[in-house]
Formats: sequence, C-alpha cells, structure tokens
Amino acid sequence: MFKKISLFFLAGLFLLSGRVQAEEAIKVGILHSLSGTMAISETTLKDVMLMLIEEQNKKGGLLGKKLEAVVVDPASDWPLFAERAKELLTSQKVAAVFGCWTSVSRKSVLPVFEKENGLLFYPVQYEGEESSRNVIYTGAAPNQQSIPAVDYLLNLGVKRFVLAGTDYVFPRTANKILEAYLISKGVAKADMMINYTPFGHSDWQSIIAEVKKFGSTGKKTAIISTINGDANVPFYKELANQGVTASTIPVMAFSVGEEELSGIDTKPLVGHLAAWNYFQSIDSPANTDFIKKWHAFTKNSKRVTNDPMEAHYIGFNLWVKAVEKAKSTKVDDVLKAIVGLSAPNLTGGTATVLPNHHITKPVYIGEIQKDGQFQVVWETPKEVPGDAWSDYLPESKNLEADWTAPINCGNYNTVTKKCGGAAK
Amino acid sequence: MENTTADVRTGLEQEPVFDKQSGCLVLGLLIFASAIVSCSLLPSASPLHVSSYVVSLLGKYLCFAILALSIDLVWGYLGILSLGHGAFFGMGGYVMGMHLMRQIGGQGVYANPELPDFMVFLNWKELPWYWWGSDSFVFICVLVILVPALAALIFGWPAFRSRVSGVYLSIITQAMTFALMLAFFRNEMGFGGNNGLTDFKTLLGVSLQSKWMIAGLFMASALALALIYVLCRAATVSKLGRVFIAVRDAESRTRFIGYRVEHVKLAAFVCSAVIAGIGGALYVPQVGIINPNVFQPLFSVEMVVCVALGGRGRLCGAVLGALVVNLLKTWFTTALPEVWLFFLGALFVLVTLFLPDGLIGVPARLRRFGPRKGGDAPEHPAGGPL
Amino acid sequence: MLFFALQFSTAVVPAAAEGLFLSPEALAALRSSKVADRDRALDELAAASAPEALDMLRALAAGSLHMDRESGELFVLDDKTGTARGVLDGEVRPADGGGLRRVGTNTAQRDRILSILGARLLSHPDPVRRRAAAAALTDGPMTVDRTQLEALRDRETDEETRESLDMALALMTAQDAAAAPQSLLKSVELLRASGSPRAKTVLESLAANPDRAVAVAAAEALEHKRIVSDWAAMLETMFFGLSLGSVLILTSIGLAITFGVMGVINMAHGELVMLGAYTVWGLQQLLPSQPGTALLLSVPAAFLVSGGVGVVLERGVIRHLYGRPLETLLATFGISLILQQAVRTLISPQNRAVGIPDFMSGLWRISGELSLTCNRIYILCFCLAVFALIYAIMHKTRLGLEVRAVTQNRAIAKALGVNASRVDALTFALGSGVAGMAGVALSQLTNVGPNLGQSYIVDSFMVVVFGGVGNLWGTLSGGLILGLVNKILEPASGAMLAKIIILAGLILFMQARPRGLFPQRGRAAED
Repeated sequence: MFKKISLFFLAGLFLLSGRVQAEEAIKVGILHSLSGTMAISETTLKDVMLMLIEEQNKKGGLLGKKLEAVVVDPASDWPLFAERAKELLTSQKVAAVFGCWTSVSRKSVLPVFEKENGLLFYPVQYEGEESSRNVIYTGAAPNQQSIPAVDYLLNLGVKRFVLAGTDYVFPRTANKILEAYLISKGVAKADMMINYTPFGHSDWQSIIAEVKKFGSTGKKTAIISTINGDANVPFYKELANQGVTASTIPVMAFSVGEEELSGIDTKPLVGHLAAWNYFQSIDSPANTDFIKKWHAFTKNSKRVTNDPMEAHYIGFNLWVKAVEKAKSTKVDDVLKAIVGLSAPNLTGGTATVLPNHHITKPVYIGEIQKDGQFQVVWETPKEVPGDAWSDYLPESKNLEADWTAPINCGNYNTVTKKCGGAAK
Repeated sequence: MENTTADVRTGLEQEPVFDKQSGCLVLGLLIFASAIVSCSLLPSASPLHVSSYVVSLLGKYLCFAILALSIDLVWGYLGILSLGHGAFFGMGGYVMGMHLMRQIGGQGVYANPELPDFMVFLNWKELPWYWWGSDSFVFICVLVILVPALAALIFGWPAFRSRVSGVYLSIITQAMTFALMLAFFRNEMGFGGNNGLTDFKTLLGVSLQSKWMIAGLFMASALALALIYVLCRAATVSKLGRVFIAVRDAESRTRFIGYRVEHVKLAAFVCSAVIAGIGGALYVPQVGIINPNVFQPLFSVEMVVCVALGGRGRLCGAVLGALVVNLLKTWFTTALPEVWLFFLGALFVLVTLFLPDGLIGVPARLRRFGPRKGGDAPEHPAGGPL
Repeated sequence: MLFFALQFSTAVVPAAAEGLFLSPEALAALRSSKVADRDRALDELAAASAPEALDMLRALAAGSLHMDRESGELFVLDDKTGTARGVLDGEVRPADGGGLRRVGTNTAQRDRILSILGARLLSHPDPVRRRAAAAALTDGPMTVDRTQLEALRDRETDEETRESLDMALALMTAQDAAAAPQSLLKSVELLRASGSPRAKTVLESLAANPDRAVAVAAAEALEHKRIVSDWAAMLETMFFGLSLGSVLILTSIGLAITFGVMGVINMAHGELVMLGAYTVWGLQQLLPSQPGTALLLSVPAAFLVSGGVGVVLERGVIRHLYGRPLETLLATFGISLILQQAVRTLISPQNRAVGIPDFMSGLWRISGELSLTCNRIYILCFCLAVFALIYAIMHKTRLGLEVRAVTQNRAIAKALGVNASRVDALTFALGSGVAGMAGVALSQLTNVGPNLGQSYIVDSFMVVVFGGVGNLWGTLSGGLILGLVNKILEPASGAMLAKIIILAGLILFMQARPRGLFPQRGRAAED
C-alpha cells in the first residue's frame, strides 16, 4: 500500500516539478479556459494567439529565436487559473502570458504574477479600479466603452434607462459609474431602473415584461445591458418574442460581440446596439488582412472576429515590439520598454501603451445587422486613453496609476501624494 | 450480501485502528510531508529543491483529501449521500477568507485600514455584524469549527428527524449548496460576490508567499489530514462505527433494536461538516482565493465521484481518490488541454465498470484473480442501496 | 445632434433635379461610409416623388442597397437570385459580393423611412396593408397631419382601419391644446378602450385638464385602465409561471423515467437534452431555407438521436450497474464530461445559432394590455402533449405495464416471463428520447451550446424529487408549482432571491413530506 501511494506522490512530483531547461525557443503562455462555462468565449482567444505566434515564426521569430506557445486549460476554475499561471511562470518559464477573461480569473492570478514577476496581457474590457505592474490591460477600461455609449443614447433622445446586468463586479462598477454620470446629466433617479440577475439566467419573461412597462410612459427608454455571456441568448430571444425592437426600446450592450451573436438568430434584433473598440465589419486594410488570415488559420470562412481578439492582436504586437526594443524577454526590461510604445490596431488607428499600463483605443458604437455583424453608427474622432481609476467614483477619484519613474505606483493618491496600497 | 474487508469480520473483536493500510497511509503521509517540507526549504540551487508551487499544489490536494474523507464518513459508513458537502468546505473557507481579508488592512488598493476593498467599492460604511471578530485568529479558528457545525445542525436536525433519506436527502443537500451559491453570488451578502475573497497578503503576520508560510500550511494540512484520518478510523472501527454500518445497511432494524438513528446520523453529519470546514479553511490560504464556485453543485458531485473512484466505505480509498483525481486534473490540464475531459470521463466510466470497489480494491481483486462479472444480480460492494 | 434634426414632412414636392431625382450631394451622402451622413440623402428622398426614390427607400430600409466600392454606382441586391439591379439605369447584372458595400442606415433612419413608407401605405389599395399602416399610427411618431388623416378616414371602407384612424385622430385631439372640451370628452371615451401605452400618457395629461368634466372623465378612464392592466399583469404572471413550469417539466420528465422509474441517477441527462437541441441545429443546417420544417422534423429526430445514445449508454454501461444506483452516478458523470467535450471538439465550443421559424415568433395579442408570446404557448402545448404521450405509454401499453412490473418487483416480473433487460433498455431509451425532445423546445428559448445540459440538471433533479420519485403526476405538478411560485415571487424579490427562496422552501417542504408531493406507496416504495 505504502509503495503504491508513494508511487503516486512521486509520479506527481516528477510531472509537476519537471525542470525542463529552457531551450532555444521563447515560450509564450496561453491561459484561456478550454473547458467549463467560459470555454465558449475563451477558446477563440487561444486560437488567435496560436495564429499570431505562427505568423511571427513565419516572419523569422523573435530575436532570432522561434516562439513556442504553451497552452494550458484552467477549465473555468478560478483557483486552477492561479495554479496554471504559477506553473507557466515557474516551471515553463514563459516570457509572457496572454490570458484570462473574467474579472475573477484575473484577480485570482494577480498575486501570482506579482510574486513571480510575470507579464500578463489581459484582453477583455473590464471594470477598471486596478493597475498592476505586471499586467498590460489591452481591453477597454470603463471610460473607453460605457461613457461614450451613454452619450450616444442621450443624443438619441433617450430619457429613461434600464441598467440590466449580471450580478458581478463588472456590471456593478459599470452601472455605478453610469448612474453617477446620468445623474450629472440631469436624469432623475426615478427614470433609472437597475436590475441584476444571476449568471446564466435563462428565464427573462418577467424582467422583460417589467422593462416594457417601465418603457411605456411615453418617454424614450433604452436598456443598457451588462448581461454576461450565456444569459444573453435567452435575453435577446425573449426580447424578440415580446416584440421589443430597436425602435421601441433599444438595447446598448457592453458584453455582446460578434462571437455571442453567432449563437443567435439576429433577424429580430436588427438595430440593437453595442459599444466596443473594434468590429469585424470595420473597413480597413489591416482588418481585411486579419480576417483573411483568421479564416485561413481556422479553415472556416464563417468564423467571426471580435474585440478581445483584436486586443490580443494589439497586445502581442506590442510585446513583440517591446522585446525587440529591449533586446531581451526579461519581464523588467520588457516592462521598461513597453510604456509609450505604439502598435497599429485593426481599425486603422494606433494603440499606445500608457504609463498606467492601459492602452489608447477608439470607441465604436454598432448596430446589429441581419447577418450577425455590426454596422458602425458612431465613433470617437480619435483614440481614447484608458483610465484605470474612474473619475466618477468617489473612492477612486483621487487615484492615478503611473508605472514610470518617479511615481511607479498603481494607485497613487494625487491628493496625499502617496502611493496608496501595497504596490511599491 | 458481500461486504468490504472493513466489516467482513462478524466477531465482536475490534479491528485495530492502525491496520496495515492505515498505518502505511498515516506514516507515509507524515514522512512524505516532512520530506517535501525540508526539500522546499533547501536553497533553490539544490537539486533536491522542491518549488513552492509544488508544495502549495500538494497542500491543495491534501485539503481535497480532507473533504473526501468527510464525505466518505457519512456516505461510506452511514449511507447518507450528501451532494452538498462543498457547502461546508466553502463555509470553512469563507471564514478563513474573512480573516485573511482583514489581515490585508491598509495594504488594499483603496488603503482602507478597516474595510476590505470590495466593501469600499460598494460604498459600505462599516463592517457588517457577521464580520465581527474576524480580525482575531483564535476566534476565526473557533468559527471554522462552529459555522459548519451549526449549519449542519440546522440543516440536519429537522431532516433526519423527519426521516428524509435516500435520494431525497441527497437532492435537498444539493438544493442547500445551490441556494448558498446563489446567495453568495449576490454582492449584497457582503462576501465579495462572484469575485469572492482574494488578494490575500499575510497570515499571522507572515506573508502568504514566503516559503516558510507555504511549507507551514502544507505541513498543517498534512497533520490535519493524518489526525482526522486517525480519528475517523478510530470512530469507524469502534462500536460506534458498527452502529454506523448498521444504520447504513438496515436503518429500520437498527431503530427497532433501540438505537436513536437520528442522533447517530446527526452526530456523524455534524462531525463530517466540521471536517469539511477544516479542509476549506486550510485550502483558502494555499490557493489564495475563495469564491462561490465551491458552492456549485457540480463541485460537490465531483468530490463524491472522487470518493467513489477511490473506494467508498474505506477511508483510505477516499484519500486516494481525491489525490488521484486532482493529480490527474493538474497533469491533464497542462499535458492534454484539449482532450483531457475525455480521459477523465473515461476513467470514471471504466472504474465503475471494472473496479466496483474503487482503486483501493485493486490489490484485493488482483489477489482474487481477474474481474468479477457484473450483471443483473444486485451487488452492494459498499453496503446497502441508496 | 443629428437625430434631433429629423423633421417629418410628407408634403409632396416635385423632384429636386431635372432628370435625376437626387442631387449630387445626396448621392455623395449615400456613398459615404459614415451612417450619419445619410440623413441628408433621406431628407431629399422623403421629399421626392419619383418611383425610384420609393424604390430606394425600400431598399435602404431592407438593407439591400449596395454601392460598388470603386465606381460608386448604387445597386439593389437581390439575395434570392443573386443579382444586382442598378438604381439609376435599372440594368440587372449578376452580383459579385466582393466589390459591393452595403449602404447602411441606423435605427432612427430606418424608423423614419418606415414611417414615410407607412404614410404612403395608408392609401394603399390592399386593405391589409392599410390596416397595418393605420395600426402603426398609434404606436410610432405621427407622420401625417390632421386634415390628411380626416380625409383618409372619410374615404376608408375597411372597418378595422377606420377604428385605428379614429384612435389616431383621438390621440391627436387629446394632445391638441386648443381642442374643445366636447371633442376632448369624445377622445377620452375612445382612448379608454385603447391598449396603446401612448393613450395612457395622453390620458394622464388630460386628467390635469382645466375643464372639470374632461379631467373627471380622464381620471375615470385611467382608473379603468389601471384595473384592466392589474388583471392583465396577474394573468401574465400566471402565464409566465406556467411557461417556466412547462420548461421545467420538459427537462425533468425524461429524468422522471430514468431516475424515478429505473433508479438510475443519470448525471448525463442534461447532455441528452443538449443533443436534442443540437439535432435542431443540425437539421436546420441540412434544410437552410426551411427552419420551420426542420424544427418540426427535429422533434422525432431528436427523440431518435437522444434515444439512440440512451440505448448505447444503457447497453454499454448502465446495464452492468443495476442495483448499484450510486455507481450510475459515477459512470454517468463521466459520460456527461465525455459528451460535453465531444460536442466541443466535434462541433464547436461556441454556441450555435438556431433559427426561430416565423410561426414560433411574435405575440398573440389578446387585448391591448395582455399579449402572450407564441413560442411559449407552443412550448406549453408541446409539454402537455409529451406528458400525455408518456403517460399513455406508461399506463396504456404493454411496455408500460412491463416497466411498472419490473420496477415494482424485478424477480417476480422476470419469473412471469417479462424480458427485464429488454424492458430496461426500452425504458432508458424512452427517457433519453424525451430528454432529446425537451432539447428541441429549449433550442427556441436559450443557448445551444456545450453547457446547455449543465444549466438544467440541478433543476431537473429537484423537480423530480419535489414531485415524488417515480410518479409522473408528481413531476407535472412539481414543475408547474415551482414555475408558478418562482414567477409570483420574482417581481417582488428579484430573480436571484426568488430562486433562493424557492430552494429554501423546497428544503423545508421535504421535512414535512419526506417523499415529495406524491409519495410512492406500497412495497415498491421500500428502500
């Protein structure tokens, strides 16, 4: 018995701590769930990373070395995210990690990246209120998505707002910021309805009936949706069934992109809105080229592209540039080199890494079309710099992030002139 | 009815607490743990050095093993199939998490010395009452025991008294953990919603990332597992253990003999909940996060499956099952990220079909030559029906 | 902003330019890649009377107006024939997708186009078109002025259209500050019966009218409306509850057979439901032009697919585990992992788009206040039909008799010549097949993806256990009760709390009735 048990332990040890010496290739970690609830969204990001790495290798690799992708499956399990991240950093010794989708997965790996001094590129639009030395946020901060979207709705003449979201931190933050913003624009509290639902909520009958009632006062009403992932399909299906169209009560969504729409019959949804920093339908040479490569890589001409994919595209190119500039893949050197670097995005503009480790992004508002694509109906004249700490929240109004000397702090208090938290 | 080796002897003589299996397990565990700990404290240049990653990973496995033990105690010995034991594990975890949150103090991003970050963010002005005392480690240790025990008592007392049993009990335990999951997802609950409790810094003033802390937590988990194992083993081989098995195999008869079945069940259930809670409390500082996912019904089902895989009704089996499944999960998710679920799923199917006694029964089967035929004849390798 | 600048005019003005019905500026606006530029072109199109202008408006609204990227020529694309017709020269040529770019519009612009077209439809020779256009008047922005409307009403022969026009006129009168109290009272009378939300807001403003009689009448009408809408809300809640219940019943009735009757803790039940939903998707891929036929065909097809998988599972795995119900949990849990990952690997980890056929979408308008969604009504009927079918099979057929015999006493049933192992296989196939049919219904409501099954499995077990294991009536009433209670609680407590309350209630209920709503009695009930 003892032999068997110890055999298992030893086998485990051998597998886990296998100290494979770093070979010539530069390793790049890909930390996206391939199974479990988040696999729906995250597998695509794994594929796009594999494509980008393959491309780079075709171009001759990086610093004369080949890139090697290390794919792991954190299985939508948050502690497993931390575990896999630690493995990527300590056993696999990857130069950079591209990964995470949900806020909680990012929070889970954050201490690992800070302790092991890793480098994470996080590609999803998120709630802000964070800036880590070891993370480059290539997704949108709240000011790069929600505020312009609400401005657009106000311009449409919308007077009443339904803020519907899944009950987790991103919708909570977005709604808090929006509430403060709407009040500053003269919208009364009575003209706002805030509703939170659990993850994967599938029965929307009552809520939509309530929204219809809320919207039947004669004032133009819109829904601002921060509903997450899987709950969107039944939500939109029920909207269509109850006859809510973009002309009566438009929905402005922050978490619905091409990928989500590819799971819905979009004919009844034409005209509903979404705010992103990228749409597949945007006509630019870089985008056309990217879509062509993506279709060739996946051998499927129907695969769509979406905003987080563009974020990975930008993040990867920024990392490549930073490595080339630093002539090293060491995290400290790369971090020093990356601030201020620019890389072209897919929509014809450029993305610049700011001192707060966020990037500049254009904001687009698109309307859903019959074919599951978006048509841009509004865009910002130029790129908007990402703001880590929202100016509309009282507790973070005075906070700034700046990872360049002399401040070098993720939550610098501009009033007390002190670095607030644990960050160095 | 065929029975396991644990209760095949019909005489009144007691089995020793340390038979060959248990002795090996406890001794092996302790030797192994000390070896790992000493290796992890070696300088990292040394060829025998074990990285802190491996240590905390092993620590996590041990915590799952504790949870598996607690499930086996009620399921394997009393026939109470709880599909909601993750709830007690989570309670222990959350209690410990609360303490760790308070330990962050002014180091949080908003640098509020009193309130955790997520409360500052949700505009809470003061700590809710149930966070009271969470800054004291001793008090928290008491709560780790008390909270799951109380929950198990509140849940178990009416359930056992009104004789809810079998699948009905299993499903309401599932309902309990499901309800808790939904409740903890709510941000108004004051437990951080979906993000849960995370970003821990120190425990007892020592950084959670230091190798001493990691080794210490690992050692604590190993000791806890060994101690709990010995206690469970002692209980199951004692006269009380006989009553357990009697309740499992013939509840009505045991009642007619004069035992208060409800009391026996309740006591075991509460103890089991406490064990699960301890597992959870040790788990949280080692993985660095606790969120409502531990309340997910599927997590509990997975743990039950671990026990069944290892061998239900043998404490060794539960420990083995938890270690094997989690080890495989770690290995598979790196080595075969695209197809690992096929392997895990196939493993579950094959073990059920060909190893009715679980992995722990393999040596005995080998001794008896070749697999036994399954079929229509009802067989209860580990006791009575559900 | 641009959208405030929309002015609705229907005055018919002669074409702006001789020969060409659009000015060069408007054409440039159409060619622009920015949607916002389109407003200019719309202004001109709205004023133009040329048939080409109408044609172009229709194409814009339908999204079929395209522009050649290089030459800037405008075409109307016909998807069905794959041809493009030049807007200016009327020449038809084969469309090549690459060179064409769609001329986009936004919702506000489309609404504007539709109301322009709608106003023209009011004098359309087809009474059905007129009826629709007149009904739309009370909902959307008014695009016709009073004299025109009155003229139209006087000419109108169709009864229903006249009523809608009257209603529109009443709305206009009520909003007219200079209207005489007499005509206001008449409008109130009309608006009282209208279900349009606009009517309510207008009445609210009339309730503050200086004329006392009008104010009282308006207040009374509002009160009447409130009572009607309260009733409607209650009926609606009931309907929501029933339809949620029907979904719960559908997903759990298969489990009531495999788990309730056979005692197999089938953790793969959800995945069998998922396979049914994927069957709909598969058939729709085979019949891309007829989503409705595909949906109907997939009811039997899903039964066969899931039932077939069920037979394989039963023969391959579960057969060896009878009498060991807990081990079925372990094995079927493994199977559910395999099935999920198989779908991810073989089809895609992403959700699949299942088309909703026309007959499944839309509302059934009972009155102004109460309208029910068609798909839910169909699913409710489908659920009852499936239940009736299962009940008939279990109680009216030889198979059902044998199933019940084997469940109650396997040994005796075998002794009496029942082929127990065949019965097992068929029962499991039946349960699995019904799960597949549930998947067909779910495909119309929710995601079709690898996680579909997991989100329903816990609820299904709860319904079966709440109703009483092994009792079909229990499953039916259990599902309906849980659905109704959930929907009654939801408006007050929110979706999340409602569910928590239900779960807590379920736990408490089981203390009072430890064997569910309809406990099994007799020997079969013994453990």
